[in-house]
Amino acid sequence: MSVYEEIARQYPESKSAILPALRHAQERYGWLSREAFEEVADALDLTPAYCMSVASFYDMFHLEPVGTHTIEVCTNVCCGLVNAQPVLEAFESELGIRAGQTTDDGEITLRAVECLGGCSTPTIVAVDHVYKQSVTPDDVAKIVEDLRG
Amino acid sequence: MADTVVEVAEGPALVLGGYDGTPLVDLDSYRAVGGYAQIAKARAMTPQEVTQQIIDSNLRGRGGAFFPTGRKASFIPTPDKVAKPIYITVNADESEPGTFKDREIMLKVPHRLLEGCLIAAHAIQSKHVFIYVRGEYGEEYRVLEHARREAEAAGLLADVTITIHRGAGAYICGEETALLESLEGKRGQPRSKPPFPAIQGLYASPTLINNVESITNMPIVLEVGPEEYAQIGAPPDSTGTRLFCLSGNVVRPGVYEAPHGITVRHLIDDIGGGIAGGRKLKAVMVGGSSFPVMTPDELDTNLDANSLGQKGLFIGSGVVCAIDDRTCIVQFALRVAQFYMHESCGKCTPCRVGTRWLVQILRAVEDGTARKQDLAICLDVCDRIIGKCLCVLGDSAAMPVASCVTKFRDEFNAHLEHGGCPFCEDSSLAHLFAPVDQHAHTPVAEAGSDGGKAAVARPEDRVASGAPWGAEP
Repeated sequence: MSVYEEIARQYPESKSAILPALRHAQERYGWLSREAFEEVADALDLTPAYCMSVASFYDMFHLEPVGTHTIEVCTNVCCGLVNAQPVLEAFESELGIRAGQTTDDGEITLRAVECLGGCSTPTIVAVDHVYKQSVTPDDVAKIVEDLRG
Repeated sequence: MADTVVEVAEGPALVLGGYDGTPLVDLDSYRAVGGYAQIAKARAMTPQEVTQQIIDSNLRGRGGAFFPTGRKASFIPTPDKVAKPIYITVNADESEPGTFKDREIMLKVPHRLLEGCLIAAHAIQSKHVFIYVRGEYGEEYRVLEHARREAEAAGLLADVTITIHRGAGAYICGEETALLESLEGKRGQPRSKPPFPAIQGLYASPTLINNVESITNMPIVLEVGPEEYAQIGAPPDSTGTRLFCLSGNVVRPGVYEAPHGITVRHLIDDIGGGIAGGRKLKAVMVGGSSFPVMTPDELDTNLDANSLGQKGLFIGSGVVCAIDDRTCIVQFALRVAQFYMHESCGKCTPCRVGTRWLVQILRAVEDGTARKQDLAICLDVCDRIIGKCLCVLGDSAAMPVASCVTKFRDEFNAHLEHGGCPFCEDSSLAHLFAPVDQHAHTPVAEAGSDGGKAAVARPEDRVASGAPWGAEP
């Protein structure tokens, strides 16, 4: 049984498996290419176009290539009230890119994101989807260094 | 990089009962504090008796709407009345800005949530529970899935299946019908109601939808008894405790369990240690970013639905975010509006277009290109959003924005007179970048925060020029 079939088995209707299936495909390929959509569509008996229309609705799906690593900085009001903007700018300057861009070597994508639900420990930065709490501009160089290994 | 403060600020310890700093993630640790005794008790009762206990406790929804949980369960038809399965979906798509309590329930007392699911399943005779966890919550998902497997292996689920489903990043999926659409494998766009989910929810079957904290209160209601539960907090309407989410410019932010009815001042000053840096308070975001803001003269209001309601405020998801006196309220309103513009699903025109207009007007006020009449236009746009859509996402932008314009009119006027923001030097929200500006196709992004101001058209300019409303991309 394929991974997709296994996911689909948890639901009364296989269409419900589309989000976890797309998540799996994205984890495997890094982003959702035409081929990834075809793979998911085939497994769930949907069309690639339908899968794309669903994926484009959700913020976590990448419809174009992204870096090997992602850094996501919460810039909603609670983090903003403390230091989100200085933290975001520190990442921009450390990486030499703007929010929404990927470094030239294809290593790191920097994004600003809406509230991540960690408002009591601002600023929240999700590094490869793992939350780092209470990040200050001083922590930025180390975070990037650790990512680059 | 400090950890989140999670503690019982004032007794009784209910949702966090038994948690003393060590998460009760393993079955044994939860059993050691009496865990899963209540599902055994519930299964010895009839489903109607369990539902009646929830009704008698007057437990109300902790997700934001504060709807009576027991009454909601009583709307679900009994299996002999419908030929379809009956479902439960737990709303763990916690995304309201300022809210971070449901994740702490999943991280600290996951088994109590699962026990609540089983009690609810017995009460409405459902065999399948879905827990919709927001996509960004990775650790929360893993902890909860571990707990689920343990409970399953121990035979505690009996004939109930619990499926933990992960979202993929969409605030709107916290709206109950959008959540159902998303769970069915579609774009998360709200449905028209009626039919209500209790009659036609998931897969057009009867569905009970409850927030994580609401469900987690169910074993507690059975444990302390509905009569006693109904006396905790601010009876008769705001019973029980709340996991208050304290954030912003306070000394000790965190998740604090306390009974309904403590004052906002007590929470900020005594529990939270007051405003950080010895500064003064300018405003409080109460309930979440979706609701009107509170001014310092309202600080002695009790945190219960009726006390807040008398002042036009809401308890929402238990958010209290303190905003200090450096902060520019126009920047605050703008950032809130940008969030809702980003998260609008696009289905209803007043919300899709209106949130965009609010951002454009507030940007113009902040940048100094607004005219005097723009504040009236802003309020008019708010008025044309509220109550005009399938769901309340648009209202959630309009209510805080309108409250900022009316409660802080002087500050807006100061922007008009000053020809821009007079507070930029000190305000922490100055030039705060919003994700909506990452999307190159939005006119706002083209205009940017500094250059190209002329590109930001005003709503009435479009009407006057005969250009299409909204001029959407």
